[in-house]
Amino acid sequence: MNGYNFAYLDEQTKRMIRRALLKAVAIPGYQVPFGGREMPMPYGWGTGGMQLTASILGADDVLKVIDQGADDTTNAVSIRAFFERVAGVETTTATRAASIIQTRHRIPETPLEPGQILVFQVPIPEPLRFIEPSERETRLMHALEEYGVMHVKLYEDIARHGHIATTYAYPVKVDGRYVMDPSPIPKFDNPKLDMSPALLLFGAGREKRLYAIPPHTRVESLDFEDHPFEIQRWDERCALCDSAESFLDEVITDDAGGRMFVCSDTDYCERRREESA
Amino acid sequence: MSRPDLPGSQCPEAEPAPSLRCPDLARPVLLDVQEVTRLYGPGKGCEAVDFRLHAGEVLGIVGESGSGKSTLLRVLAGLEAPDAGRVVYHRPGDSLETDLYAIGEARRRALLRLEWGLVHQNPRDGLRMSVSAGANVGERLMALGQRHYGQLRAAGQDWMTQVELDPERIDDVPHTFSGGMQQRLQIARTLVTRPRLVFMDEPTGGLDVSVQARLLDMLRTLVRQLGLSMVLVTHDLAVARLLAHRLLVMRRGRVVEAGLTDQILDDPQHAYTQLLVSSVLTP
Amino acid sequence: MNPILTVEGLGKGFVLHGQGGLALTVMRDLALDLRRGECLVLAGPSGIGKSTLLKILYGNYLAGHGRIRLHFDDGPLTLTELPAHAWHALRRDVIGYVSQFLRVVPRVSTCEVVMEPLLARGADAVESRLRAETLLARLNLPERLWSLPPGTFSGGEQQRVNIARGFIGEHPLLLLDEPTASLDAANRAVVIELIREAKARGAAMLGIFHDEDVRERVADRLLPLENYMDDPSRARIDASQLFQENDHE
Repeated sequence: MNGYNFAYLDEQTKRMIRRALLKAVAIPGYQVPFGGREMPMPYGWGTGGMQLTASILGADDVLKVIDQGADDTTNAVSIRAFFERVAGVETTTATRAASIIQTRHRIPETPLEPGQILVFQVPIPEPLRFIEPSERETRLMHALEEYGVMHVKLYEDIARHGHIATTYAYPVKVDGRYVMDPSPIPKFDNPKLDMSPALLLFGAGREKRLYAIPPHTRVESLDFEDHPFEIQRWDERCALCDSAESFLDEVITDDAGGRMFVCSDTDYCERRREESA
Repeated sequence: MSRPDLPGSQCPEAEPAPSLRCPDLARPVLLDVQEVTRLYGPGKGCEAVDFRLHAGEVLGIVGESGSGKSTLLRVLAGLEAPDAGRVVYHRPGDSLETDLYAIGEARRRALLRLEWGLVHQNPRDGLRMSVSAGANVGERLMALGQRHYGQLRAAGQDWMTQVELDPERIDDVPHTFSGGMQQRLQIARTLVTRPRLVFMDEPTGGLDVSVQARLLDMLRTLVRQLGLSMVLVTHDLAVARLLAHRLLVMRRGRVVEAGLTDQILDDPQHAYTQLLVSSVLTP
Repeated sequence: MNPILTVEGLGKGFVLHGQGGLALTVMRDLALDLRRGECLVLAGPSGIGKSTLLKILYGNYLAGHGRIRLHFDDGPLTLTELPAHAWHALRRDVIGYVSQFLRVVPRVSTCEVVMEPLLARGADAVESRLRAETLLARLNLPERLWSLPPGTFSGGEQQRVNIARGFIGEHPLLLLDEPTASLDAANRAVVIELIREAKARGAAMLGIFHDEDVRERVADRLLPLENYMDDPSRARIDASQLFQENDHE
């Protein structure tokens, strides 16, 4: 830890981010601006999530980092190594063993427990941005609950594809009030947001916004009465652990068109294989 | 004063005519515009404009470009607060009056979105050009909480038919429509929530003459069928004659003459109105 | 029987601001009264202000001086003090006007042009159409024309459309501005019938008819206008031309 403050950020910055987090928890789904700092990596690599993690990390925390469900990708390995080095905290790949999980684009399959915190990396925090470029206007739309336009997007999906074709970053309404972008998680994970016993924090580094879903908060995915929200289903099972319930990635195995479906959550997949062995 | 009868005329008193009562001439005031001023500079904008719009009336605001009519429309439509004066809305069947700029922005925006409508001169300003015709028509319904895709679609097709667009084209984006069709789509998108009051800024501007006639006819029919009240800004006196019941003539930010449309156009009193009327080219 | 319409001391002038404020007086101190079931015919050479009088009574021209009143069973109504918005209902329900020229939205069918006064009162569309067709048939307008816009019709055909539109509403007060000007004898006879029927149901009419024969058959009284002219040599102007109104499109 030579030359660095604990968890890289200075204490002032961490306090500022914690205050913003408290506000975010108090107003579920509301985007709170914060004074984002430069991190030793480019935007788009998880700088928002890292600043949140750095601000809430304590010496006795156990950290897990996943990227699209996997603990072993470059991004996950690098961020985990970073906090090992600048905070000296214990790390793990086991979902149950972690007190803080920083994630990019997935929620672990293993149900989260009270006391755990999930930190999401967010590229574009504003769910209304696709239709309204002005920040002033989107803030007003949130303030006045002018959310009709969110359904315009879903309407277009059905008109063009016959069903709601949005499969990730699927918009939700938090606690019956704010419409929120859950970050680019697959809509498969949306039901896990609802009444989650864990605290869910979202950080966008480039846009310098953070937001939160406190434990046991109602989170609904937007839909139509005659086109209700549905999650993805597969005909296949995981080729490694035989799970029929988890989110599957299609993996190309050779140049001859060989492929298989495996769990995107590597920890979940390994546990199941260990248990059945 | 009257002269004696011609030979052979009949005496009308032989048969008593049915009773004749005065029809109810009073119409409730919908919009009460009180001494509204919005100036960007001397003579630029509108000044001390004062009038009342009654339920079911189409009021035309005419004048040359720069006369302040578009500024006035923006103030009336809730888009721009006046420097002085009040715009008061009387919701029919509701004794409360709504001072447009004394209520909060939230209530004002809800009013504009749900009870009023604004049709822009350029349909691109009033439509979402990247989403389908059906989504454009359905947006205000979705904002009202309509959450049934099938019903939204049925409403979209119904309104496309009402504005004489092919309902088969419900999934096409506005880019693929002609200017006149885009304008009709914008009108459908605005009227779908049955607004009580509609503001129109040069609705036929930029359209071919043959397309204009069709749009005007459609608007007249919709005004009658839906009992719409409308404030219509136009520089085109022929459009004003066909659509408006009453006219305000504006010049340099002020209303110089007001009255029944045909009276203003056939017996103009003010020098400027006379000039305006006599400057129209007739084929 | 009391009159339905009384006019007292009516005067009208035009001030032409574009011509150095030239002031033309075209009517001075005119008075008349009109009873229900009566047809009063305005007489006098053309350009003497007969059309002007009808237009003032319809609210189309502003009265310069004087007072115009309608007398209803429930009291009089002073038109010269009426706010502009009150004219909408008055024209819809009480005062009808058949002008010499047809002014309609292009593209609207003849039948719809004729139906409009009924639809404006909220009448049933099917019934209104039936009545429009009955009137058009009586006026010998060929059925193949009913669904066409009247813009391209001949003068006589347009005039018959106009008459049908004017009579369909059965207004208690009808202003007739040369409704028979371009009609043949057979259709003139139909218009005379329509006027007599209107009288029979108690309508009061004020009309301009240049055709002597028609005039004699419909007029209960004549009202010559020469007496009221300011200076006949100067006032022989067509007021409708002053501001280039679009009657002739």
